[in-house]
Amino acid sequence: MNFFKVENLGIRFGGVVAVDKVSFEVKRGECYTIIGPNGAGKTTIFNLIGLLYPATSGKIFFEGRDLTSFSPHQVADLGIARTFQNIELFEHATVLQNLLIGRHRHRKTSFWQELLFTPSVRKAELAQREAVEKVIDFLDLAKVRDSLVAGLPYGIRKVVELGRALATEPKLLLLDEPSSGLNPEETDDMAFWIEDIKRHLGVTVLMVEHDMNLVSRVSDRVLALNLGAAIAEGTPAEVQAHPAVIEAYLGKAA
Amino acid sequence: MRFLFKTDYVQDLMLFKHGGQVFWYGLLMIVLLAAPHLVGEYVMSQLHFICIYSIVGLGMMLLVGFTGQISLGHAAFLAVGAYTEALLQAKGVPFFISLPTAALLSGAFGWVLGLPALRLKGIYLAIATLAFNVIVEEVIARWEGLTGGNSGLHLKPIEFFGLKLDGDTSFYYLCLGLTVLATLGLLNLLRSPTGRAFVAIRDSEISASCMGVNLATYKTLSFAISAALTGVGGALYAHKVTFISPEQFTLLQSIELITIVILGGVGFIHGAVLGAAFVIVLPQLISLAKDYLPSNVAGSGLQATVFGLVLILFIIFEPFGLYGRWLKVRTWFELFPFYRRGMFRRQKSYMKSERLR
Repeated sequence: MNFFKVENLGIRFGGVVAVDKVSFEVKRGECYTIIGPNGAGKTTIFNLIGLLYPATSGKIFFEGRDLTSFSPHQVADLGIARTFQNIELFEHATVLQNLLIGRHRHRKTSFWQELLFTPSVRKAELAQREAVEKVIDFLDLAKVRDSLVAGLPYGIRKVVELGRALATEPKLLLLDEPSSGLNPEETDDMAFWIEDIKRHLGVTVLMVEHDMNLVSRVSDRVLALNLGAAIAEGTPAEVQAHPAVIEAYLGKAA
Repeated sequence: MRFLFKTDYVQDLMLFKHGGQVFWYGLLMIVLLAAPHLVGEYVMSQLHFICIYSIVGLGMMLLVGFTGQISLGHAAFLAVGAYTEALLQAKGVPFFISLPTAALLSGAFGWVLGLPALRLKGIYLAIATLAFNVIVEEVIARWEGLTGGNSGLHLKPIEFFGLKLDGDTSFYYLCLGLTVLATLGLLNLLRSPTGRAFVAIRDSEISASCMGVNLATYKTLSFAISAALTGVGGALYAHKVTFISPEQFTLLQSIELITIVILGGVGFIHGAVLGAAFVIVLPQLISLAKDYLPSNVAGSGLQATVFGLVLILFIIFEPFGLYGRWLKVRTWFELFPFYRRGMFRRQKSYMKSERLR
């Protein structure tokens, strides 16, 4: 059984073919990166996996189940978490509350129990809190634990969003440009965390990224896209040296 | 300035964070319990209304302040609650059954209104709820066989296991008790997964859904709870005014209800109560002022004008409402002399993923 597999995935917006029959497979425990110039359809693939867009063609398999038969909120329940390119945090909540939302899929109490805040709710909340504190320790967020997200700098928000995705305890983590908007030092931290997520937490990572330095440091395999179609797949070095990739980024030699 | 040292996760789950809060809320409770012995009949009557509007305000706050859904139709739920109560009482149903029924029926209506909210946002949702308000008002006015149409319905005092709650004092304790219960219930929800899901929907639907929050379930749930609380408020309102007719549940009433949350402070539980108090006290102040105004200004439109003006001024100058203002004043004193003007200003939010809307 394949861990995660995309087959002939495609979507058309009117006459624009944003993703054109892309197929790839992610093995359990690896870090798989999708690269490509602007408008290649990388984030669109993520939105297709998250079921935010309905695919025009193709299938997405996760642990043997076809994702396209589920609804968006069930994707998280299956164990797929994601971050967003432009950060989609809950702005007017604290970092702690943001991470606790990540625990939503592990919710065990019912509405009526919560209305009365029964001892079982208290116990469940303490367990959730403990799980969240592990993420806070892991990503070194203790300093900002009680700050409102609306007042935090961009770099920290990026980490909070990663933390929120980790709090769901995913099997597959989708990272949409984890280094965009970060300075070199923060990007360095991000690279370490992605390595740790893969090695120590055993989470499979599927990533969209532009920073080739980061890509070659953490990825096992890379897929290059251009204009919605896959043009090369292989190790970071192989893909970087691939003539079609060079042509997509730099154009043809005169 | 108080520093809280946290040594246990339970501390974050407590309703009272420190002794000071226990003291002040305890004092408030004692004063409220002793109020019938302290103040006159007129003030008591105002306190009834403040309690009733607080319950409605809490319902509005859950929907508008915590789930981020607008509603210009809450007077309809008030009407459903009031008419259910009036009709059931006329049939001889005891109060302890008729009140929950009013809440449930309103809640069911709220659930139904929540369904379009799954597809509509912002101003479009406001229009849909507004239309709902007009429909309910119209149905009540036309369905004379059931509701008595424009001639309205009269209510008798509440009977509770043979005990008549006709006195001001006993009715006051009923309203106060229900207000406290509603507040506690809401606080409980907000510190547990359901409340967090509501807040998540308010701040970013797209990522709430990606975290596994079922938008349909939680949006309709929020509408249902909000409507149920408003229904309870409506039932109490019916008993308070003892006569109900369609013109009490118009769009203007809905606007008054949304004024509660905006004046009080969107997103604060305290805001619901402060807003309710303000909305009740303001008309009294206006009628006091009328004596000193020239007769052509002190017309019937004065109240609506002042309400509108206050609403606009609050939105421009104090979007956090009365409670937000109180927080600023308190911080000013706590930090004296180090308070800065921009302290509560929220940083510009970064660009959101427009494409996903």
